[in-house]
Amino acid sequence: MNLAARDIRHHLGRFLLTAVGLGLLLGVVLSMIGIYRGLVADALGLVRSPGADLWVVETGTRGPFAEGSRIPGDTRESIARLAGVTEAGSMSFQAFEATHGERKLRLQVVGYEPGRLGGPPEIASGRGVSRERFEIVADEKTGLRLGERLPMGTDVFTVVGTTRGAVSSGGDPVVWMSLKDSQTLQFRLAPAPARREAERGAAATATPDTINAVVARVSPNVSAESVAEAAERWKHLSAMTQEQQETILTRSVVEKARQQIGLFTTVLLTVSTVIIALIIYTMTMDKVREIATLKLIGAPDGRIVGLIVQQALALGLIGFSVGASLIVSVKDHFPRRVVMLPEDAAGLALVVIVVCLVASGLGVRLALRVDPATALGG
Amino acid sequence: MTETSPAALVECRGLAKHYGEGDTRVDALKAVDLDLRPGEVVGLVGPSGSGKTTLLNLVGCIVEPSAGVLRLDGETVWDGRWLRPDLRSLRLEKIGFIFQFHNLLPFLDVTENVALVLDMAGASKEDAAARAQELLDYLEVGHRRKAKPSSLSGGEAQRVAIARALANRPRIILADEPTAALDGERAGIVMDLLRKVAVEQSATVVVVTHDEKIWDRFDRIFTLRDGRLVGSDGARR
Ligand SMILES: Nc1ncnc2c1ncn2[C@@H]1O[C@H](COP(=O)(O)OP(=O)(O)OP(=O)(O)O)[C@@H](O)[C@H]1O
Ligand SMILES: [Mg+2]
Repeated sequence: MNLAARDIRHHLGRFLLTAVGLGLLLGVVLSMIGIYRGLVADALGLVRSPGADLWVVETGTRGPFAEGSRIPGDTRESIARLAGVTEAGSMSFQAFEATHGERKLRLQVVGYEPGRLGGPPEIASGRGVSRERFEIVADEKTGLRLGERLPMGTDVFTVVGTTRGAVSSGGDPVVWMSLKDSQTLQFRLAPAPARREAERGAAATATPDTINAVVARVSPNVSAESVAEAAERWKHLSAMTQEQQETILTRSVVEKARQQIGLFTTVLLTVSTVIIALIIYTMTMDKVREIATLKLIGAPDGRIVGLIVQQALALGLIGFSVGASLIVSVKDHFPRRVVMLPEDAAGLALVVIVVCLVASGLGVRLALRVDPATALGG
Repeated sequence: MTETSPAALVECRGLAKHYGEGDTRVDALKAVDLDLRPGEVVGLVGPSGSGKTTLLNLVGCIVEPSAGVLRLDGETVWDGRWLRPDLRSLRLEKIGFIFQFHNLLPFLDVTENVALVLDMAGASKEDAAARAQELLDYLEVGHRRKAKPSSLSGGEAQRVAIARALANRPRIILADEPTAALDGERAGIVMDLLRKVAVEQSATVVVVTHDEKIWDRFDRIFTLRDGRLVGSDGARR
């Protein structure tokens, strides 16, 4: 005869209410983890989109995401000639604020050479950017639809394709355009002195034919590291593998957020532990007389401990299920991506179980100390 | 009672209990000697506060004595300290307790309240349910077997508590005012049942009572006053 289940059924309303309350709390913990995972996914999404093995950037920088990087437009040709490189493409990255109808649209503009490495990884509708000018592929998150026109800088662009879920590490939707268009856009936006200088043809770094990075693929039987080494023989270039690039990004862009969210999650879990402990303790307090009676009629300690621990676990697991289903059902309505990984959910479930066991310790201690004679009073 | 009385089931030697110390000390029970044999039904009477419940709790190993020796079924259980580490299994095996405030578990229904002690003693689910049903029917509360204790009348609750106390066929049955909430006829049924159990299980039944209607049902009556046994009346029957 399971006493825990019977007692829960006896106070079902109260128990469920408590479990739902706990569920909301655990839902917040889960969403924190999900937001962090979303942050990482977003940050890595852009860096993974070209499907490159190698990133070539300006020497001494960790660009183009963590730091600014400017390299000459002809770098791609030099890189493409390196042994082992099968494909290469020039890329530019810039943040841009466009006006779409009434609203301001913060965009991550990615310039690439149509037909070469660096374009959108997957087109959800429409097609990719052709060699024509003033075409863009926009992410669905921009709210732009196929065929829609968007003024940027002095030109008006037409949406020829859309993607799904491509955002920058800052959460801004990505817009792809041809490298030429992006260079024009960048040049028109450059600060006036730089532009004047550029127009005079003075500083090479500010001419419109600069790019931010060259991405390359290497053949499977060549290591990306060795190609990177070869690329770095040019003194003005720095090269890193895809893996290094991802590490830089997670370190520089995501690390702070990870610490912040990690700390917050820890605080929430601590609060949950205290709350679960208090709930279990009060639930035990309410049952002191019944526990004393159980002892009087000869129930062994195991039976009494089981009653408390099973209720604690039931509370935690029902709360966890409530929280998890809540987050799964609302996660797509968050302004930024929330990623629920099964292993994160399983991990939290495990933590909840441990927390419940720890938290029921207080209640168990109380129950074991109950004097059976307390059941005898009126 | 037979002349060659078998070994006592309950033996108290100088059994005493006081609560508190110094100014707040209450001598609830002062050096009681008592021998109870299998098969007898005895009454324990006395004014309120005279120590009846205290004596019952000492015999039931619910409250620790302050002095004396307690022997149950030939086993010394208290002699300056508990000699048996697991008092609960002792209670489960040997003692059926009918509490003054029946103490049914509110989250179990009537049948479950009775079946629980059988379950704890290792009975199968079916056996426990059958035995519970049998007892409840006998005590005329079988029709309330699915009810929660909170919906029972005082008399019904008391009878369920009696069924629970008898479920494991204990040899020592301690009842604190078991008939207080029952009418005369039902009180008679309960006393008949306790008598039957005493005979069939060669058990000892101790009944604390104020109820003069049932005094003629006892083999012996012990009277407590201010924590002392002041007389035992063995000539009732
Ligand atoms: N836990 C306790 N702490 C202190 N004093 C107690 C305690 N239990 C009982 N007493 C005292 O011991 C004395 C005997 O109490 P007991 O409950 O045995 O009386 P009783 O004969 O059962 O009375 P009643 O007929 O009212 O049930 C009383 O003076 C009571 O106040
Ligand atoms: Mg009493």
